Amino acid sequence: MKADDKRGIIIAAIIGFIGSLFIVKLFFLQVVDDSFKTSADNQALRYVTQYPARGIFYDRTGKLLAYNEAAYDLMVTPGLVDTEIDTVAFCDLVGISVEHFIARMNKARSYSKYRSSVFEKQIAAEDWGEIAQKLFKYPGFFGQKRALRHYPASSAAHVMGYLSEVSPVDIKNDSAYQKGDYIGVSGLERSYEKVLRGERGVKVLMVDVHNAVKGSYKNGELDVMPTPGKNLYTTLDRDLQLYGERLMKNKKGSIVAIEPETGEVLALVSSPAYNPNFLVGRNRTANFIQLVRNDTLDPLFNRATKAVYRPGSIFKVVQALVALDNEVINASTRFHCNRGIIACHGSHTYDDLRGAIQHSCNPYFWNVYKKLIEMGEYSSKFKDSAHGLTVWNEYVKSFGLGVQLNSDLEGIKSGFVPDKSFYDKWYGEYRWAFSTIYSNSIGEGELGVVPIQMANFAAILANRGFYYTPHFVRAIGDGNKQERFKKKHFTMVDSTYFEPVIDALDAVVNEPGGTARRARLDSITVCGKTGTVQNKNTPDHSAFIAFAPRENPKIAVSVYVEEAGFGGTFAAPIAGLMIQKYLTGETNAAKEKRILEADFIHLNTKEE
Amino acid sequence: MQSQRGNFWQDADWLIILLYTVMVIMGWLNIYAADFNESATSLFDFSQNYGKQIAWIGTAGILAVVILLVDSRFYDNFAYIFHGFFSLLLIAVLIVGSEIKGSQSWLVIGGISIQPAEFAKYGTALALAHYFSAQNADFKKLKTKLYSIVIIGIPVLLIMLQPDPGSTLVYASFALVLYREGMSGNVLLLGVAAALLFVITLFMELIEIPIPLTSTVLQGEYFLILIIAGLASAVLLLFKKRIKYIWKPIVTAALFSMVLVAGVNFIFNEVFEDRHRNRVHGLLGIISDPQGTGYNQHQSKIAIGSGGFTGKGYLQGTQTKFDFVPEQSTDFIFCTVGEEWGFLGTTLVILLFMVLFWRLIYLAERQRSRFARVFGYAVVSIFFFHFLVNVGMTIGLAPVIGIPLPFFSYGGSSLWSFTILLFTFIKLDATRRNVLA
Repeated sequence: MKADDKRGIIIAAIIGFIGSLFIVKLFFLQVVDDSFKTSADNQALRYVTQYPARGIFYDRTGKLLAYNEAAYDLMVTPGLVDTEIDTVAFCDLVGISVEHFIARMNKARSYSKYRSSVFEKQIAAEDWGEIAQKLFKYPGFFGQKRALRHYPASSAAHVMGYLSEVSPVDIKNDSAYQKGDYIGVSGLERSYEKVLRGERGVKVLMVDVHNAVKGSYKNGELDVMPTPGKNLYTTLDRDLQLYGERLMKNKKGSIVAIEPETGEVLALVSSPAYNPNFLVGRNRTANFIQLVRNDTLDPLFNRATKAVYRPGSIFKVVQALVALDNEVINASTRFHCNRGIIACHGSHTYDDLRGAIQHSCNPYFWNVYKKLIEMGEYSSKFKDSAHGLTVWNEYVKSFGLGVQLNSDLEGIKSGFVPDKSFYDKWYGEYRWAFSTIYSNSIGEGELGVVPIQMANFAAILANRGFYYTPHFVRAIGDGNKQERFKKKHFTMVDSTYFEPVIDALDAVVNEPGGTARRARLDSITVCGKTGTVQNKNTPDHSAFIAFAPRENPKIAVSVYVEEAGFGGTFAAPIAGLMIQKYLTGETNAAKEKRILEADFIHLNTKEE
Repeated sequence: MQSQRGNFWQDADWLIILLYTVMVIMGWLNIYAADFNESATSLFDFSQNYGKQIAWIGTAGILAVVILLVDSRFYDNFAYIFHGFFSLLLIAVLIVGSEIKGSQSWLVIGGISIQPAEFAKYGTALALAHYFSAQNADFKKLKTKLYSIVIIGIPVLLIMLQPDPGSTLVYASFALVLYREGMSGNVLLLGVAAALLFVITLFMELIEIPIPLTSTVLQGEYFLILIIAGLASAVLLLFKKRIKYIWKPIVTAALFSMVLVAGVNFIFNEVFEDRHRNRVHGLLGIISDPQGTGYNQHQSKIAIGSGGFTGKGYLQGTQTKFDFVPEQSTDFIFCTVGEEWGFLGTTLVILLFMVLFWRLIYLAERQRSRFARVFGYAVVSIFFFHFLVNVGMTIGLAPVIGIPLPFFSYGGSSLWSFTILLFTFIKLDATRRNVLA
């Protein structure tokens, strides 16, 4: 027997070998390889994102413009879906087709078998009730609470903008976003995205093999509460905004109303508008395509901030102010209405400044502009023009024209005020003179402005020489107004030169023979100037700027109505109604009726 | 008797008893963790496995005391009676047993289910030990070999009929006992070689080798047979001068291998069912299907692997507690250890088993009676085999064969059977001085 003693050692060695083998294997399994930890978390933990409520929009009086409604995303974890489920019943429940079901499942599977992804987005709360009740029959599916934007007044779509699902680029650039999140892509939703979105929270839940929730993981130690987005207190006046939108029905164009003493935008209407609620929820994609592709009027386009027009006769007011400050004219300077050099209208012949503005005399401003461009600093006409244009350009830009307003609404166009280098490029240096560029004198030529700039110009007139950058948000959350909107921007024109011009603008509206008699109100002194923007192929655009009351102005407005002809006929009365509505809360029914009945969109497309 | 009993408490191996106690307690803690849920209030909730296991542990303790109180000669003298009795139970279970999960392995007596196969091991161990001691057997003799095969073969055949492949395989552990008692080591090596050849065959049979210049293909397993024949011929040619001495073993080995390859091929494809094939395929990495047949092992590895170095903490396991791991309190109890106690825990458990095994071998070797030694080796071999297959299965080194981990897995029959085996040997060891060698 003794000979076999060493066999005991061999057996002990075999056992020891197996034990060591197991320990080595366990070392790899538990310490070296991390993938099991991930797999375990993936199947036993459910990270339920706690979406923060997006900031709410209020108007200046505290009325709601945008808030959030509960909605649900139906999520799916493909690996847990029972292949035996009644697909048809499920599709009926959710309201989708079987093809759609298959496509979505394939998409979810290609994303991940074990991670959940969105199966059907943004199901409204009223539809969700029934789905939630029956969801237990379909393992692998669960609901994720989200919020859906709702716009109770269906108004101010262009100001508020809209949301869109984040793109892969957004996700790459900002870790705050995950697939399926929403991001503001236009309007205030975009410019205030970072404060509106808030911070996502997460709830870590444990689920068992049947995907039933077994409670909170580690007693909620890893849970993070969502931080809600900050609310925006906008500068808009909801009632005025809605009224403006009503007036602009069946017209292309825009209304911008600004409070001169603050630069706060009271209303910004771009027409045709769209219902902001269309770009929310399950039908968003279909509606978006409808608005973008199938509507030639381009309702998503914000004409008030992005449509560049030539300023037309309104620009004569700028010319007058620049000329007064440069002392090339004074209030009593007269020029003959010499229609040989440039066409004119009306019966005046030899106006002073007041008359020239009131009658919108073209030859008068041809002369004014000539004096501005040819100031006699150089003996060469070319050099003198170049110098004159440079000075003039600087003056005009100080009115916020030809420069981008540093507002809080994205994408405001800067328009264009030509400078020396522009004409140099075109004609060559010192190869152009006043005779080449005189169309600028009456707001034609190379000039370009956007409606919000013109409303801002009206505010400058109301303030007699300065403006606050027009803006749309008075306060973010509990905060105060942003510093950049508290800064006065002075024009280069001294405030003393404004009064004679304002006197003329008063006459435009209130004196017989003025071009904007239709903007006149009985109790309030409105000052304004019409403009008619000439187009090559289409009828003229009707434009008008105004502010009121003359003393202590409360509102400055610009109105553009495309293809509506002379500025006094439609733009002026709309401005008058807006001012009356804002200042008195009442409106002139007869004037209003005329405007509401006007239709400049369906002129050419009437079928009957 | 009086002096003997006084000696007993001194002579009993308290290290083994301590290891046993520690492991049973650890086992219960893990069963509790595996089945734990917040709603349960009482530890003695008999609707839960951990509640029932308390009862099993209590009765196992009583059983242990009873075994220690019985005269050690009883086990030797009644060895064949035990073996016969348990074999009869195995026959009974085939007739009146209840079927659970496809095998007829359970006897239900008065509301308690017992698994005779768990106890049959005990009878076999006693009978084998008794045979080797009483007959002064010598493994070189054919008679001894035949008797050994009969003693082991009876329960094997009966359990195979249930069928319970896991419990059947446990009897392979007696090979270690026989090796210790004189069986040629070559048999063990042959066993390992056969296992290797088995694996190679499974890989080869999936391959098809095109025969040059013809349009037919050669099945992998035939190619393997050709290789074996070729290798044998090459060896014979190389050692031509000594062919007289070597032709016999070489030709035998070659023929044996070829028959094995063919046999494996036949048994694997014709006798095995799909689930068996899939398990083996999954284990060997030939076919990966973590959602289907590979699910258990995949989940088991996730649970253990996710434990990391220090584990998730007691009762903090998500994979085992929330039923991702199947049979988490019985066959896959090691997953709970791995998930909640981490690498430190699993290593500790393995080291505890190592110490237990080595201590048992040490004790077996110091026995004066051959009966006690053979029985001791039977105990260590059975425990080791359970350990090898159970832990190997949970960490992906062995196929999924449902056998319990001694002292850890939930279950009355297995705990009782392991307790009886261990304490019978403790009793034999404690009274070794009373035996005249």
